[in-house]
Formats: sequence, structure tokens, C-alpha cells
Amino acid sequence: MINLVWLVPLLPLIGFVIIGLFGKQLSKGLVGIIGSGSVFGAFAIALGIFFELTGKVEKSFTIDLFNWISAGKLSIPFSFLIDPLSSLFLLIVTGIGFLIHVYSVGYMSHDEGFARFFAYLNLFIFFMLLLVLGSNYLIMFVGWEGVGLCSYLLIGFWFKNTAYNNAAKKAFIMNRIGDLGFLLGIILIFVTFGSIGYHDVFMQAKNLASGNPTLTAITLLLFVGAIGKSAQIPLFTWLPDAMAGPTPVSALIHAATMVTAGIYMIARSNILFTLSPFTMEVVAIIGVCTALFAATIGLAQNDIKKVLAYSTVSQLGFMFLALGVGAYTGAVFHVMTHAFFKALLFLGAGSVIHAMSGEQDIRRMGGLKKHIPVTHATFLIGTLAIAGCFPFSGFFSKDEILAGAFEHNKLFYALGILAALMTTFYMFRLYFLTFRKSFRGTHEQEHHLHESPKSMTIPLIILAALSIVGGFVGIPAALGGTHFLEEFLSPVFEDSSFRIVHHLSHNTEYALMIAATIVMIIGIYIAYNMYIVKETLPAEESEELQPLHNMIYKKYWVDELYENLITKPLNFISDALHKVVDNQLVDGIVNGVGSLVNRTSSVIRLAQTGNIGLYIFVMVISIVLILLTRIM
Amino acid sequence: MSAIQIIPINWYLLLSTVLFTIGVLGVLFRRNAIIIFMSIELMLNAINLLLVAFSSYLSDSKGQVFVFFIMAVAAAEVAVGLAILMMVYRNTKSTDINILNKLKW
Amino acid sequence: MITLLLIFFPLIAALLLLSVKGEQVKNIALGAAIVEFVISIFALTQFQHNAEVQFEAIFPWINSLGISFHVGIDGISMLMVLLTTFLVPIIILTSFKTEYKNPAIFYSLILAMQMALIGVFVSLDGFLFYVFWELALIPIYFICLLWGGENRAKITFKFFVYTLAGSLVMLGGLIYLYQHTEGLHSFNIAALYKAGQALDATHQGYVFIAMFMAFAIKMPIFPFHTWQPDTYTVAPAQGTMMLSGIMLKMGTYGLIRWLLPLAPLGVGEWGHVAIILSSIGIVYASIIAITQKDFKRLIAYSSIAHVGLISAGILAMNIQGLQGGMVQMLSHGVNVVGLFFIADLIQKRTGTREIAALGGIRNVNPQFAVLFLFVLLGSVALPLTNGFVGEFLLLNGVYQYNVWIAAFAGLSVILGAVYMLRSYQSIMLGETNSITSTFAPLAGSEKAVLIILCTAIIAFGVYPKPLLDISGPAIEKLLSSIAH
Repeated sequence: MINLVWLVPLLPLIGFVIIGLFGKQLSKGLVGIIGSGSVFGAFAIALGIFFELTGKVEKSFTIDLFNWISAGKLSIPFSFLIDPLSSLFLLIVTGIGFLIHVYSVGYMSHDEGFARFFAYLNLFIFFMLLLVLGSNYLIMFVGWEGVGLCSYLLIGFWFKNTAYNNAAKKAFIMNRIGDLGFLLGIILIFVTFGSIGYHDVFMQAKNLASGNPTLTAITLLLFVGAIGKSAQIPLFTWLPDAMAGPTPVSALIHAATMVTAGIYMIARSNILFTLSPFTMEVVAIIGVCTALFAATIGLAQNDIKKVLAYSTVSQLGFMFLALGVGAYTGAVFHVMTHAFFKALLFLGAGSVIHAMSGEQDIRRMGGLKKHIPVTHATFLIGTLAIAGCFPFSGFFSKDEILAGAFEHNKLFYALGILAALMTTFYMFRLYFLTFRKSFRGTHEQEHHLHESPKSMTIPLIILAALSIVGGFVGIPAALGGTHFLEEFLSPVFEDSSFRIVHHLSHNTEYALMIAATIVMIIGIYIAYNMYIVKETLPAEESEELQPLHNMIYKKYWVDELYENLITKPLNFISDALHKVVDNQLVDGIVNGVGSLVNRTSSVIRLAQTGNIGLYIFVMVISIVLILLTRIM
Repeated sequence: MSAIQIIPINWYLLLSTVLFTIGVLGVLFRRNAIIIFMSIELMLNAINLLLVAFSSYLSDSKGQVFVFFIMAVAAAEVAVGLAILMMVYRNTKSTDINILNKLKW
Repeated sequence: MITLLLIFFPLIAALLLLSVKGEQVKNIALGAAIVEFVISIFALTQFQHNAEVQFEAIFPWINSLGISFHVGIDGISMLMVLLTTFLVPIIILTSFKTEYKNPAIFYSLILAMQMALIGVFVSLDGFLFYVFWELALIPIYFICLLWGGENRAKITFKFFVYTLAGSLVMLGGLIYLYQHTEGLHSFNIAALYKAGQALDATHQGYVFIAMFMAFAIKMPIFPFHTWQPDTYTVAPAQGTMMLSGIMLKMGTYGLIRWLLPLAPLGVGEWGHVAIILSSIGIVYASIIAITQKDFKRLIAYSSIAHVGLISAGILAMNIQGLQGGMVQMLSHGVNVVGLFFIADLIQKRTGTREIAALGGIRNVNPQFAVLFLFVLLGSVALPLTNGFVGEFLLLNGVYQYNVWIAAFAGLSVILGAVYMLRSYQSIMLGETNSITSTFAPLAGSEKAVLIILCTAIIAFGVYPKPLLDISGPAIEKLLSSIAH
């Protein structure tokens, strides 16, 4: 199976090529089958690889395909690396990717760009697989930029809408800012280690002292890339805007897979980060700040997808917090569980939007429980999972992160648990406003309410099941588990793990779990009190808001800040450079030289009087002078 | 000793200089194109005289060969020059060179 | 022999073309260009992948001055010849839907220019190089002057005089070196190399400045670039493609062949200035491109940015930078021809190149939108497109020279995306308006051009190794010869 790994990305690529070239001629059913089938094929192989890998002693396999770029001692093979980390991500990407493909068959069935949508999705899966499979940083970068491109294409999927196009462009450009950092990081890795293959780099890095300045520079640059892709402060504003894309895209790209690429990258380079304590601190701080910051914005949003988007940013912050405190397994664990429940929530939201005939404002919803029972039940499971309710998957992964934070720095823990409280609150706020009480939309919308087709509900049910049981792969020892995931991933993190020793006692762990549960209950209670008991409704656009409320509703004006701080000055500079510096100064000098010649000639030509007598006279005088100088 | 060498070289030089200077002054100060032409011929002939004299004194025939060249060139020049002058006269009814000042900026 | 054929076949074809009348002109011109391409492919099959100069031909020309007609092809030249012979038929094909006055003269000028360009790329004699260098200017001058757009006389004149001035300085440099060749003076490239490398650093610096001026104006490098946006905008589409696709590579090729080996110490003296100018140009032109209103002008500025990176990478004098420069020359040629063709297509159909006036073309012609997107991705250097390979290697090369310059030059990664996506969105996406609603479908020849270019963009992005292998040994030899 492992030797067939090249098939894993190839299948979606073939799907993309077929649908991309002949999509117009094929029927929608066939497009759906090719699109989903290719991903399912990839999933099947990934599953085979996973089981083969668990059975083997040797945990790392490199499969060379061809020599991609070589110049001097820089040699970059196009090759894949199979190890526990990549095989786990393979499963997540292809598994969730497949479910979302199936879901999309139903969700997008009325869209005229159906074939195009599947072509893009397949291309995305291809690049995402390259990202996780590559055996060196440049292949990862290929996937990294490739998924950015697909994200751009899918956010702007409905390309007639200018706002969507702007969101797409913003996402691509913000990603590119990060990508530059990543690229420079890769080059620095090459310059430092003479190679960019993971194996060579980590072998050499292991022997460097902790806090090595070059390593710090490398890791900071890599982290810049992760900030862009995983929507952390300060490059997070593209992700909420990215909700302009169709909902399956939000679920697949902007929740489950692409945005976790940053976590994958850092987990992959864990040894480099472990040896750079400064970067680790930065990662943790950025992570916890983002978790908190995005959660506060999430408190006041009224668009069902925007709430989920900010929740994604916040959860990604949690993952970076985990990375920053050295809980690599926790971060990967949370990537996995988050992929389950956040994909579930987004798909559920998609189902709600589908039922509501395109309405996304939760102020117009309510009481959907009885109309769309399957969606309701699965959405509730997702909400409980993200809130970290025992025994849903989110409980285990979030607990592991918070435990890591507690161990590392109590402040991080406090901020983390505050963010968790807010998460619980806004998720239940969302849930209550959407599904409970009575319907607040128009009569026509109410008339239209219907449960989604099977192709949409079945993925929901599967994801709900995964959200419940997904956490069981990582039951901590304190609860009598073996933590299969930690053991499985241990070869990847072995160089880091002996440098970061975990030593929480079981009693502390119990205390942390109980604290987390209490916090969750408080969150649910506040939300229940506000939206069920008191039946508060979020303010309409026209209403004046409290200053604080207004600030978070307006997302701290970060977009406006960037607009005024970067976009406008850049346009101004561009204009100024063009009109003043280029046209006047630089070109002015060039033209000046030309006109200087012209002007000089216009002075000198006056000597040309046309009077022949004068010419001859000057000639004779000159000859006489020449003769005189010869004589003397 | 040929006839030429009877007269000392200095006289030749003097005559030639006088002729040449007359030619130069003629060119410079007269405005009639025909007279200027004649002055130019005068200068050429002053040089010819000098060449012949030196040729004889130095017993080197090259100088006399040169004279023939100059005479040929002068004849050609007169042919062309007079043709131009004819045209000028036909167009302007004058041979005054100061009219010909169109060749300026 | 084959080198001579490569040089003189287009010239013969150009002369014969003058006698052709009527409809057949385009087809014959295209046929000749394709034959030339086949010849170059044949040369490639005969080419040994090593560092030696092959297919060498040498005839005495002006013996008393040590000038000979000396041509030959090594890996570096091979790639440039291939670029020329690949692009010229495509450029001719792009004009199939355009009716020019006096087509026979137009196409024979293009073929004549091809002859001069190939001459530049295979010359192994300083004087011969200079002759071809200047010869290439004459056809393009007439192409721009006779078939150009508004205000062409003034702009073309400026372009001509500006580049001519640069060339003269280069000639000065070459003659200076010639005076320092051993024994009987010679313009032979090996003799010039030897003479150049024997000079002390200060004097090599002078040689560097003299040669660099010519190349910098040709490429162009900030601040010698002001002729370029005007000329590119005003020239007819095919002229712009010849200029940007191939002719500016004379400058970058010149850096590799005629600058680094002639004055390696000079690079040490003045290289940092040149690299800094190049990098300033990258960011400067990228920023200016952001607010350009005319799409053709925007591409012109983006070209300055791309060339700046090539120049900086080459002058960094390491294997990654030089190889990146080689690959990027080819990639840039392909991409920029594609972009200018797209600008031309849009202008032909809508009558305007103003970005803001367009929009929604994608709704009318999705096929065109996809092909445009591919070219755009190549241009913003997305991985797996040809642009990325070069950009990565170049940045790598510059990084080894100086970290901060690389980081600064890397800003083009971001800014490139900004101006390209902005213009793409504004031209192709959104709602259709009255200008774009009648956007005609692509004709066969137009589709063929774009598909060929897109195939090249993807193919050399996924598998650039054949290209790198052609120039690799020659570049390594060149580097080792100037290492000490």
C-alpha cells in the first residue's frame, strides 16, 4: 500500500482533469460520482496505508517520484514521506474531503457551476495531499500555495459578486504575505543545512543547541507562513470574509483542512521549534491571543457562518497555543477532532441555510428544531463537542491543550479557559437562536422549510458519530486510557518529547477537567438564561449598541484599520511613485538630457549665419592661427 | 642651370605670397561671385608658381606633376562653380554672394 | 554549420518574404518560423549536455583588427536560441487575426529581428556581438514606428536613442578590453575574458559600469527603465512581445555571457550597487503596477519587476541565482508573451485596455478566463507553474548574497499577487457591461497560442529539469572560471 502512495494525490488530480476538461459535457450525476469517487479512492488507499503503518516497526517511508529542481548542491526531489503524522492527515483530508464531496452533491445540485465546483474541490484535495505528503519543505510549499489558489477560486466561486471576489482576493493576498515568510524560511533552511528534506534537516537540527539564533530565525519565518495560512493575528481577517464561498468550502477548506496546514507545518518541524524557546513563546502568545480575540468577536456576530468562522479562528488559536507550549500531540489531536465537529457544524449550518432558502442571519431563524430534526440533532452534537462536553471529542483534545498550557504558564491557561467559556457561550447562543423558540423569518421562508436530502444528512450523521467517538483515540492515562494517538505519533515527536517532559499528576488533571466542565456549564447557563429564559434577541442593524458591544460587533475595526493603514497608503504611494517619481523625476532626468542637447544645439546653431563671407573670413583667420601656432 | 634658377628663390616666394594675399583679400572683401572665383584661381596659381619653382630648384619633378593635378582640379572646379553661378544669376539676377544667406539656422 | 543555418535561415526567409504578395504572407512567415524552430530542435537533439561550446563556426572577417565571424552554442546559448525559435512562431501566430498594412514588410522585419537575436545569443566575438546587438534594434524600431499606436514617433525615437546610447558605452568597454588583449589584439571572447580578468579591480569596475549600462537599459533596470512602459504600450502587440519576450533577454544574457566573466572583480566593486538598483526596481515597479489603469502598461511595469529579480539573481554570482536566471528568462518570455497577447485580445474585442472599463468577461467567455488564469498564475509564480522554479532559485541566489535584499525583493511575491489579481478581477469577474457583453469567442489560432503557452507554463513548472540540465554544466563552468 505504501508504495501506492503516489496514487493518493493522483486520483483527485485525475478527477480534476476529467471534470475540468469535460465537465460541461458530463451529467451532474457523473460529475458527482467522479469527484467523490476519486476522493474515496484516495481515502481507501490512505486507510490501507494507515493500517499498514500501524503494523510496521519502521515508521517512516520516503517514496521518490522524480527529480524536480536541481541547481548546484540544491537538489529537490519530488518525493513523498509516509509517517504517522502524514498518514493521519491523509485520513483526515481524504475522509472529511470525501464526506464533504458527497454533501456537495446535494448542496450544489441546483448550481450552474456544479462541475466547476467539483473540479476545484478535487484540485484542492490534490494540493492538500501534496502539502501533507511532501518529504521536503518545497513540496509542502507547493501544496501550501496550491490550496491557497483553490481557496481563492472557491471563495470567489460566485464570481459575479464583487464582494465575494474581494474576499477571495483578500484571502489570497493575505496568504501570500505568510507565504513569503515561509519561502524565506525554506531558503534559510537550505542555506543553513544544505538541504530542505525533512530527514536531513531534522537530523542536523537535533545536534544544535537550544536557542540557536539561526533556528529561531527559521522558525519565526515558518511561523509567519503559518500565521497567514491558519488565520492568526494579525493575518486573520481573511478567514471570516472567506465565508463568501459555498458552505461546503467553508467546511472543508476554511475549517477542517487548509487552515490547519499551519499546525501541520509546525508539528512537522517540531524539533526546530522545540529548540527555539523564543519562537515557542511567540507561537503560544499569538495562539492564545487569537483564541481570545476571535472568541470575543464571535460573541456578537449574527451571521451563522461568521460565528463559525470566528470560532474557527479561535480554535486555531487553541491549536497554536498547544504547539507553543510543546503539546504537539494535543495540537494534532485538536486538529482532528476540530475537523470532525467544525466540518459538522459548517455542514449543519449549510443545511440550515439550505432549509432557510439562503438566509444566513440568525435573527431571522429560530425554532428550526422541529422542521429539520436531523440537522438539529447533529448540530447539537457538534455544539457539545466544540464546547468540550464529556465524552464528546472536543473534551479530550481541549483538555489536553489546557493541561499543556497549565503546565507551561498559568496565565496562558487562564486566558485559554476564558476563551473556552466564550466559545461555549457563543456556540450555544448560536444553537438556541437557530433551533429553539419560535420561527422569526418570513412566512414564505417558513413555508419552504424542509430537511435536506439524504446526500447531505448522511455526511452529517457520520460526522456527528465521529464527533462523539473521535476523542476516544486520545483518552489520557488519568482516565484509564492508553492515548493511542500519542503512542502512534510518538516517532514523529520523539526528538522533541524528551526535551519537553510532562509531569502533571493525575489529581491535577482531574481538577483541570472538572474546572473545564464547570466553565462549560457556566457558559451554557448564561446562554440559556439570555436566549431561552429571557428570550433576548440580538440587536437589529439600526439599533444603537453599547460601545463595547459595538466594538466587538464591528470586529474591533481591524479591517478598517488595515484599509487605512496598508491598502490606502499603498495605493497612494503607487500613484505618487508613478506620477511624481517615475514620470517627473526619473523620466524627467532622461528627457532632461535630451532637451539639454536640444537647447545647446539651439544656441550653437546661431553661429551659422549663412553669410558666406563670414564663413570664409573665419576660415582664413583660423588657418592663419593654425600656421602661427606651428611657427611658434 | 635652367632659366628658372636665374632668378633667386626669394623672388618667387615673394611673388607667390603677394599673389596669394591678393587672392585671399579678394575672396574676403569682394562680393561679386565672379571676382571671388578669379581670386580663388589666383590663389591656386600662386601655389602653382611656388610648386614649379621649388621643383626646379630641387630637381624633383613631383612638384610639377602636382601642378598638373591642381590645374585639372581647378578646371573642374571652375566648370562646376560657373554652372552654379549661372543658376544663381538666373534665379536672383545678381552675383552678389551676400544674397546667398539662406543656408542658416 | 547548424549555427550558421540558425542565424541565416530567418534572414533568407525575411528577404524572400518581401517578394510575396497577398494572403499567403502570414502562412509563409509562420512556416519559416516553424522550420527555424525545427532546426533548433534538431540542434538540441545533437547537443551534448556538457559545458563545451558546440556547433562552432569561425571565419576570418576583418583580420587586421582581429575580428572574426565566430559563433557557437553552449548550454546557455542553447536555451536562449530555443526561447527565440519557440516564441517567434507563436508571436507570428498571435497576429493571424490582425490585419496589418504591408504585411510582407512587417513579417520580414520580425524574421530579420529573429536573425539578429539569434546572432546575439551565439556570438563568440565581441565585435560580432555588438554588430548583432545593434542590428536587432533596427527591425524593432521600424515595427514600432510604422505599426505603433498613438504618439509612436516620439516614443520610438526615445527608445532608439536611449538604447543606442547604452550600446555605445558598451562598445567603449569592449574596445577598452580589446586594447588590453595580448599580442595582436583580438575581439575573440576568450581573449577578451583573459584581458578582462587580468585587469585590477578598479579597472574591472569601469568595464563593469560600461557593460552594465547597456544591459541595464536593455532589460531595463531601475532607473534606466523609463523608455520601457511607453514603448511597450505604444508598440504593436507583436512588437511588444518581441521586445519583452526575447529582446530584453539580450540584456540578461549579456550579464551572464559578457559581464560576469569579463569583469568578475568589477562585480565585486559595483555589483552591490547593481543588485540594490535591481531590487529597488522590483518593488518600485510592482508598487507602480498596482494603480495602473492601462492593462498593457501594467504588464510593462510587472516586466520590470520580474527582470529586476533576474538581474539581481545573476549578479549574486552563485549557481542557484544563475540557474534561476536562466529558467526565469524562459518563463518570463512565455508568460509575458501570453499576458501581452491577452491584452491584445481584449483590446481587439472591446476597443479598450482600460482595466476599470472592463469586467465580467468570464461570464461571456469562460474558456478565455481559464487560459488567462493559467498565464496569470505563471506570472505570479505559483508552484507547479514555470514562474515558481525561477523565482525560488533566484530568491535563493539573492538570499545567499544578502538576506535583507532577498526579503525586500521577495515583496514582489505579495505585490505581484496584488496587482495581478486586482486586474484579473476587474477585467474578468463581476457583472458583464456593455463593452464586454459582446466579447467574441476565441478563434482557432488564438486558442492555439494560449493553449501552447499554458502547456509550457505547466510543463516546465512540473518538470523543469530538462531546462536546468541544458544550461547547468555551462553555468558551472562559467562560475568556476571566475571563482578565483
